[in-house]
Amino acid sequence: MTFLSPILMVGMVVLIVYLTKINDSEKRTIGILNESNYFSTDFQGTESTSFIKFKDIGLEAAKDSIQKMGFYGLLYIPNDKDLEQVVSRSFFYSKDAPGSSILDNLENVFEDRLRMQRLQELGVSVSDFESVDNNFEINTATFSGEQNLKGITEMKAFIGGAFGYLIMMFIIIYGGFVMRSVIEEKTTRIIEVIISSVKPFQLMLGKIIGTSLAGVTQFAIWIISAFIMFGVLILVFDIDPSALNSEAGNAPGLIGGAAYVTASDSAMQLYANELFRIPWIMLICFFVIYFVLGYLIYSSIYAAIGAAVDNETDTQQFIFPIILPLMLAIYVGFFSVFNNPHGPIAVGFSLFPLTSPIVMLMRLPGGIGEGGVPIWEVVVSILLLIITFIGIVWLAAKIYRVGILMYGKKPSYRDLFKWLKY
Amino acid sequence: MNNILVANEVSKQFGSHIALNKVSLEIPKNSIYGLLGPNGAGKTTLIRIINQIIYPDQGAIYFDGEPLRDQHISMIGYLPEERGLYKSMKVGEQALYLAQLKGLSKSDAKIRLKYWFDRLEIGDWWNKKIQELSKGMAQKIQFIVTVLHEPKLLIFDEPFSGFDPINANLIKDEILQLRDKGTTIIFSTHRMESVEELCEYIALVHKSEKILDGKLSDIKKAYKNNIYKVGLGVQSANGLLEDLKDKFEILSSEYVDDGLQLNFTVQLPSDNTGHFLAHLSGKANVNNFMETIPSANDIFIRTVQSR
Repeated sequence: MTFLSPILMVGMVVLIVYLTKINDSEKRTIGILNESNYFSTDFQGTESTSFIKFKDIGLEAAKDSIQKMGFYGLLYIPNDKDLEQVVSRSFFYSKDAPGSSILDNLENVFEDRLRMQRLQELGVSVSDFESVDNNFEINTATFSGEQNLKGITEMKAFIGGAFGYLIMMFIIIYGGFVMRSVIEEKTTRIIEVIISSVKPFQLMLGKIIGTSLAGVTQFAIWIISAFIMFGVLILVFDIDPSALNSEAGNAPGLIGGAAYVTASDSAMQLYANELFRIPWIMLICFFVIYFVLGYLIYSSIYAAIGAAVDNETDTQQFIFPIILPLMLAIYVGFFSVFNNPHGPIAVGFSLFPLTSPIVMLMRLPGGIGEGGVPIWEVVVSILLLIITFIGIVWLAAKIYRVGILMYGKKPSYRDLFKWLKY
Repeated sequence: MNNILVANEVSKQFGSHIALNKVSLEIPKNSIYGLLGPNGAGKTTLIRIINQIIYPDQGAIYFDGEPLRDQHISMIGYLPEERGLYKSMKVGEQALYLAQLKGLSKSDAKIRLKYWFDRLEIGDWWNKKIQELSKGMAQKIQFIVTVLHEPKLLIFDEPFSGFDPINANLIKDEILQLRDKGTTIIFSTHRMESVEELCEYIALVHKSEKILDGKLSDIKKAYKNNIYKVGLGVQSANGLLEDLKDKFEILSSEYVDDGLQLNFTVQLPSDNTGHFLAHLSGKANVNNFMETIPSANDIFIRTVQSR
């Protein structure tokens, strides 16, 4: 499963993309029964749609033959001298409700024709009108002059969110591992055999560190397979790897001209370039740092819970307070950080040790230093994590030491507090 | 230094509950020592302190003359009352792991495990999982991993619970052989009769306090009361019993075997069995004559009652 799950995940995405593509590439044939004098040449077939013209048959007969031949639908344009009348009385018949892209295409044809008609009535020539028409998109760039691509901010936020979410999942999954293994040692009664050989603190810490290394290994496997997948994607989508390399080599030092892309580049290439400029190595390093620190804190609590109870069903009341900050971090991340990665809430939660591993990871794709997360915030959050870890592990060890030898009664929070003083 | 372990006024308190109150013990080298007392007396707490699982609030423990330290852990073997093994782990793998936790090298542990597995005739269990074994079988594995690192001191908490009588005897023999090789053994149990015959020394623990300790034979001597069980072969009820009742303090009596055997218990003045036996000679056939030695259980009850 360790190796399979990333492949499965990527496989799912590929499958969905592939299925969507298949869905779109289905060629549709639409019949046109045109009784008017308009639109004789306006409907041109496209990659996904072709048109067949019917002549000299009634509407019902046309409908019948469309159905018999299995065509997608029938566009009926009635006869009238007035174009407005023709358009308003036209109908599209189909077996099921037609897809919106089909209707858009058809409607565009009508709209264009109507616009021309009205322009003529107003005495404006088509070329005049087109020269007036102005499609405007604002140019965006960062202060340092890098051109921004539309949607790249969302993409960065999404990547940050994915990392944050991954940390939460890792903490819950591997923390649960620790907890269950402590409970197992209690229920099989091997615990006293083991702690007559090693100190309870050593056993607890060994368990936590061992599991965290297992988590890092798992992540390393994912990263490696992600790189392989990326290679496959480059081949599939025909992205020019040499362009990527030069971009990656330039970024982020050489900005100015080098970062501008030529018009001949495909959109996919543009986004691929942008993706390559996200500081992946830094992100992965910080992912490991924040995962390990956050995990150490949470799994110490998980270990203490495992020691306090006799079986997994008793853990619910203690688990909830752990899940709460994690959930909070995810929601704060999704709603606050995405909107404003450097707002006060985002900064606060990325410093608070119980939420910082997740929230900070969500902020980091924007980079560290100028324009990104200030260096001092990263340093402070990591220091706070380390201090909290030492404090929590000290408390957890006290509960653990007492709890592993306690059987029977399900402890209350008050009992746990008392154990701290044993 | 003739004591492997000395406890000096050890006290331990859990919240408001006093688990041990100034308990002092001296456990001689190469002996079998019984730590006896009812459930909840504090035996397990004391043992956990010896194993450095928990620490005393007051008092000190000395192992082989030195204050108890971390490295003594590998010189102690402990079979806890609450014992078990990883259910889904293979027997051999698990035994190797536990042996290495006690500081044995892997190759050493393998050699010793092979020796013990052959000795207890369980060589073919190596690749089985614990959950495939019966409870008694698992206990054998547990015993092996307890003694594998050849500790100087072995502590067994309720050792024979979970063993069938045959295996219990097997383990008993193994323990005696370990003692002969120089190991000191502590038995802790509330079932005093189960270890009485094995123990050279005992300590009685009751309500967190040690109430009695010392060499078992000395204790028994101190607690013996000169009561003897006598069985006489008699022809008929010929007035012998009445005669004895006149001269000695007969505590109870009964005829069995259609009146051909007279069983009675008698309280004799101290160390004067010769006089009693001389009186009987010629009058009846002495089938048995036995001093009633108080059991550890009797001694325990008498000690508790006298406090």
